[in-house]
Formats: sequence, structure tokens, C-alpha cells
Amino acid sequence: MDKFLGSCVTKKLVMAIAGLFLILFLLVHLGINFLLLIDDPVPFNSAAHFMSNNVVVKVFEIFLIAGFLIHIIWGIILQVQNWLARPARYKKTAFSQTSFFSKYMIYLGIIIGVFLFIHFMNFYFVKLGWVEGDHENFYGMVNDLFQLPLYIVIYLVSFLFLAFHLHHAFQSAFQTLGLNHNKYTPVIKGIGLIYSIVVPLGFSIIPIVIYFFK
Amino acid sequence: MKLTLKIWRQKNADAKGKFVTYDFDGASPDMSFLEMLDALNTKLIKARIDPVAFDHDCREGICGACGMYINGHPHGPGKAITTCHLSMREFKDGDTIYVEPWRAKAFPVVKDLIVDRTAFDKIQIAGGFISTNVGSAPDSHALPVEKSKADEAFNSAVCIGCGACVAACKNASAMLFVSAKIAQFALLPQGRIEAKERVQAMVKKMDELGFGNCSNTGACEAECPKEISLVNIARLNREFYCAKVSP
Repeated sequence: MDKFLGSCVTKKLVMAIAGLFLILFLLVHLGINFLLLIDDPVPFNSAAHFMSNNVVVKVFEIFLIAGFLIHIIWGIILQVQNWLARPARYKKTAFSQTSFFSKYMIYLGIIIGVFLFIHFMNFYFVKLGWVEGDHENFYGMVNDLFQLPLYIVIYLVSFLFLAFHLHHAFQSAFQTLGLNHNKYTPVIKGIGLIYSIVVPLGFSIIPIVIYFFK
Repeated sequence: MKLTLKIWRQKNADAKGKFVTYDFDGASPDMSFLEMLDALNTKLIKARIDPVAFDHDCREGICGACGMYINGHPHGPGKAITTCHLSMREFKDGDTIYVEPWRAKAFPVVKDLIVDRTAFDKIQIAGGFISTNVGSAPDSHALPVEKSKADEAFNSAVCIGCGACVAACKNASAMLFVSAKIAQFALLPQGRIEAKERVQAMVKKMDELGFGNCSNTGACEAECPKEISLVNIARLNREFYCAKVSP
């Protein structure tokens, strides 16, 4: 398998690039989601329509799906190799000064993956016509979903775990790219911390506002 | 000091090991951890019990032989020390201490707390050297080296190859060790000549030997007795990418 996937360094590089691409996409997605806060459904539905039909976006979509799949598949491969590298576990383990969430990336990733599947079932597969729904009125569909307390709880918990995932992922990607220096690494870590708080918080505010104030 | 020692005992590489509990009251706070094990072994030998096998050599913190996993930490609690420098003052009377060998597929247990660290030698043989004509030592100033670079290379070269990084890493990755060995040469003009071949050969060998992948957790850096920095791993990554893309 390694003949095809390359060395451990190459595999990590692929993970990092795919991860950074997804991190950038999150910003675009958040920008569109903020349109949900407007009472008029037209801006959000127009943006959703543009994202569904624009040729450039359609090309971008291929890269996005590839990014998701590569990040997930490579992540699983790396994790299985890591488990195999330590067949016997320690009886007693203790805490050392480390990036805390890095120890749970695969589990956080699984939770995010489950949410992603629910999200795809609700919207992306509707857009593709695989699941029934009104793909011309995503605004209405979102507002309907955000009236369900259970869905909101699942949504908020998923974004909490995404925040944990991003907290390690952001700075780890730069380390994998070979960028680590006393001068700029604290800046990267700072941006990563802000990003991992602000972006999931931005997503989380939307269902709360819709449920309580709309 | 009265201690309850739970020590991994394994007759040989093929045997199934288990923890054996020793209630030991012969320890003193003035002892090093290895001296405490020596005292335990003296007691075991007198009782005609096979003593606990563990690696040790210099007992000065520079050979890296005395690696063992003590209470969840490679080389035990305490920052930037090897097991031989671990003082029994770190423990309290009545403590229970778990002592385990390094756990990694690439470091199979030989006996009790001794593991086979030949994997590190194999990685070194793959590329951890420079090729030069033998003869008398060259003049120290014949090849100018920037002071900051020399210092950085030295900081990487202090790696003693004890394997604590592998033991600490949740993935049993050897990236910190390999990166230190690569960086110590990559930073110096003598090492630049074979830099491309070196990084590719050493990473390839590391993969072949079954070490895990680096997930930038940083446990290796936190537990390293010589405080080797994660900056070395970033350098390895850069060296590797450059080696792959440059003609």
C-alpha cells in the first residue's frame, strides 16, 4: 500500500493539504450560512442556487468532495498504521504537556463524519436529487430543521467537536508543511486557536438565533 | 521508603509477560531509580529469584541505555532526565510504581524491561552519516560554519537515541529521533552534500521498520530527556519535500 501512498511524510502532507483546503471551505460555507439570519429567503436561496449551478463552483465541488474523501481515507489509513505500530499498550499512562486534542483526532473525526453524513442527507443529496426535498428552497428547509431541538443539539455538539478537531488540525497542518519557527509558530497557533473558536461559534449562533428569535 | 513495585516480567522475546508485584522497603530517597532496582535485584538474587533485567551503561545521562516507562512516563516523572538521573525523591513512601518496557512494534521486548533498539541503528546505517576521506582531523576553522547554525546542529546532535520519543508517542513514531539525526547534518556544510539521499533513505527505513506516523502531538518533545524540539520534525519535512521535488 505504501508504494502507492508514499512515505509517512507524504501521507501526512496529503492529509495536511486536504485539511487546509477544508478549513478554507468552512469560511465560505459560514459566509453563506450567515445569509440565513436575514428574514428574506431570497439572498440565501440565490447563494445556494449559485453554488449548485455555477460551472466554476461545480469544478470546485469536485475538489471539495475529493478533499473530504482523501482526508477521511488517509486519516483512517494513518490511524490503523499507528495502532499497528504499538500492538501492546501500556498499563499505566500519564499526562504529558502535549496538544491535548491531537490524541483524539480520529474519534473527533468520526463524530464530524457522522454529522457530515446527516448534513449530506439533509441538503447535498437533496440537491443531487438522491433524497426528496425542495432544493430550490434550502432556506425553508434549514428553518424547518432548526425548529427541532434534537437536531439543534446534534448540530451544536458536532460543531463543538469540530472546534476541538480544528484546534489541533490548524497548527498541525503547518508543522507538517515544514513550517515551524520560534518567530511565527506562536502566530500560527494563535490564529488556529481563534479560528477554532470563531468559526464553529459562527455556525452555532445560526440555529440558536433561528430557534429563539425567528 | 516502602514501595509497591509492579514490574513487567518477561522471560524472553517469545514468552508471555506479566506484571509482578514486589513489596520493597529497601529504598532510600538518596538513591537513583536504577540504584533502587539494584537493591531490589540484590534481594531477589538472595532469594534465588531471577533478577529484573534492565538496560544501563553510563549512569550519567548520556548513553541512553536505561530506558523504561515509569508511572506513565518514559524515564519516569521529572523533566529532561534519563532513568539513571531519576531520583527516588520523586516518589513518596507508600507509592505504587509501575515499571514497563518501551512499547512499540519496532522495539520488541528482549527480556523484562530490555527492548531491542536495533531499529534505531538500522535507520542510522541507512543515512545517518557523512562520506569523507579518512585521515587526520581537519583544521577546525578550515570550513567556516555560522555560529547560530553550529549551535542549532549541536542542539539536534545531543539526541542520545534512547527511544523515549517512540515510547512517549501514542503512535510509536520515531520522527523526533530521525529528524534530530537528519537536522544535525542538514545544518552543516559537510552534511549538505548527501542531504537529499539521507532524508529519503532514513524515512524509508523508518517506515519499513514499522514505526507509526507523526501526528504532531508533541509528547516526544515533552518527554525527551535531551529536550529535542519539534522544530527538527518540521525541518525533516522540509528536507524531504525539497529532496523529492528538486532534480
